[in-house]
Amino acid sequence: MLDKTEGYSTADGRQIGGVLMEMKNITLRFGGVVAIKDISFDIRQGEIRAIIGPNGAGKSSMLNVISGFYHPQEGEVWFKGYRRGPMKPYEVARLGIARTFQNIALFDGMSVLDNIMTGRLNRMKSGLLSQALWWGAAEREENENREQVEKIIDFLEIQNIRKTPVGRLPYGLKKRVELARALAAEPQILLLDEPMAGMNVEEKEDMSRFILDVNDEFGTTIALIEHDMGVVMDLSDRVVVMDYGRKIGDGNPDEVRRNQDVIDAYLGVAHD
Amino acid sequence: MLYREAGDFKTTYRDDGQTFPIRLDRWGYYVTLAVAFGIIPFVINDYWASAVFVPFLIYAIAALGLNILTGYAGQVSLGTGGFMAVGAYAVYKLMTAFPDISIVIHILLAGGITAMVGVLFGLPSLRIKGFYLAVATLAAQFFLVWLFNKVPWFYNYSASGQITAPERTILGQAVTGPASTASAKYLICLVFVFALAWIARNLTRGTLGRKWMAIRDMDIAAEIIGVNPLTAKLSAFAVSSFFIGIAGALLFAVYLGAAEVGEAFGINKSFLVLFMVIIGGLGSIFGSFAGAAFMVMMPVFLKNVLVGSLGWPTDLAAHIELMIVGALIVMFLIVEPHGLARLWSLTKEKLRLWPFPH
Repeated sequence: MLDKTEGYSTADGRQIGGVLMEMKNITLRFGGVVAIKDISFDIRQGEIRAIIGPNGAGKSSMLNVISGFYHPQEGEVWFKGYRRGPMKPYEVARLGIARTFQNIALFDGMSVLDNIMTGRLNRMKSGLLSQALWWGAAEREENENREQVEKIIDFLEIQNIRKTPVGRLPYGLKKRVELARALAAEPQILLLDEPMAGMNVEEKEDMSRFILDVNDEFGTTIALIEHDMGVVMDLSDRVVVMDYGRKIGDGNPDEVRRNQDVIDAYLGVAHD
Repeated sequence: MLYREAGDFKTTYRDDGQTFPIRLDRWGYYVTLAVAFGIIPFVINDYWASAVFVPFLIYAIAALGLNILTGYAGQVSLGTGGFMAVGAYAVYKLMTAFPDISIVIHILLAGGITAMVGVLFGLPSLRIKGFYLAVATLAAQFFLVWLFNKVPWFYNYSASGQITAPERTILGQAVTGPASTASAKYLICLVFVFALAWIARNLTRGTLGRKWMAIRDMDIAAEIIGVNPLTAKLSAFAVSSFFIGIAGALLFAVYLGAAEVGEAFGINKSFLVLFMVIIGGLGSIFGSFAGAAFMVMMPVFLKNVLVGSLGWPTDLAAHIELMIVGALIVMFLIVEPHGLARLWSLTKEKLRLWPFPH
């Protein structure tokens, strides 16, 4: 077992740091239904951490706990060495945690550029008067943040759709714009809820490449949920496996692949 | 070939973010301004001022206000008439209580007071959405009209229950009261429209506008990227009510001169402004103007055609006019549900390619 502050090296030679976020004994119930039962795991600085499991295992609930949508009845969430109290989602966002959604949650009426600019809202502080007169701080801030956003647009190769309303884009591009919006916030942890759901092979390849590049170039810590086992095993440094709200496996992809509980959960097991 | 953007390169983000990125649009804007400020005030007469221009300008402000709330922030409101009444009664109380202070300050303060009332009635929006919110704002409409009717302090205990605007001047020109001239009324409304439209544009293209639109398009996602729904919604109510309050103040002080609250600011007014916004185009500054123009000018135009050209009796014409306007609204919404603003932008897209569409 690794020490909290100690890092480790990945197979491809990247250096992973200490614990950035830690979930301790999380239990989440909806009425009588137990969605998450006593789960603990950590996310380390700079790693790609996957959460996998069959349908209804509680993966998305876990992500919603991290991003502040659900408040667990038991357990603690620690972020950067501090215990996080119950927070509203927008407060969590201000801590530096950004996410994408399983069903795309973009702002359909706005252009791609505006969508991505919303990701930087927390960095824009100009007052009402300055904004109303478009003078001083408001204009300066707009242009400075636009520059950052353009870097992300270049990075994700969506320059040509900059001014297109998001509602008109095909599915794969929408997913990419959503990633761009989350990245624009320059998050410390990026949560991706099924970033490749419903994509064809090429789109999946593109998306995988972007996820790896984001991790590599910006050093962003990534936690992702994904169904495509091939993708998960290739992308992630460590994997948490959930089934029926419990954690049944945790470790690097090879360990998880050999874990008998995981094999049973995925392939089914004969009860005799 | 006339209308194109090829060769019109933007080299800074500042240029790219400007309001009229296409050269021809920019010229059109300057020409419109020049005509509005430099020519119309000198040729305007009483008929044109009271039938067309002054109501158009005032309703444009109200439509801008409602568009900020409904079009940009996605909060449906049927309380526009009530909020206009707040602006009107506020300016009336201020005018009569502080006769020495400039009317411009009174109008701005009336907007501020309406903004506060708007925030108060906007509080339910934190819990309820859509139709339910519409019903809650409808309650604001009826409550405010009732309040101004029942509490004599608001109309200074006048026997008729009406409020009447005393004469006030700007730079020696009377802008309210019976002595005011057509061009003075027109100019004060125009200055307010110009300033407020500019502010509306600035607010909607910046951080605050993005917060509003984010809440409108998907409130959950907005919250997850860090928009506080409380401040976003209440700021939309505040700014929107500020605009609507100013429109109400101008409608009473400059246009009507005297008003009775149930008649001037009833539920009909709420619907009228809502129609303007829907017909003009939700979430568009241009649409607010187009909708106001349509709803103000269409009846005038029809009246002129039916009574003036065809010689129909006035009462018959008045009824037919209502039917035609109603039918036009329905037809229009079927043809283009996104309003005049969308029609205009489609035209522009076609024009960009004209005359070689392939």
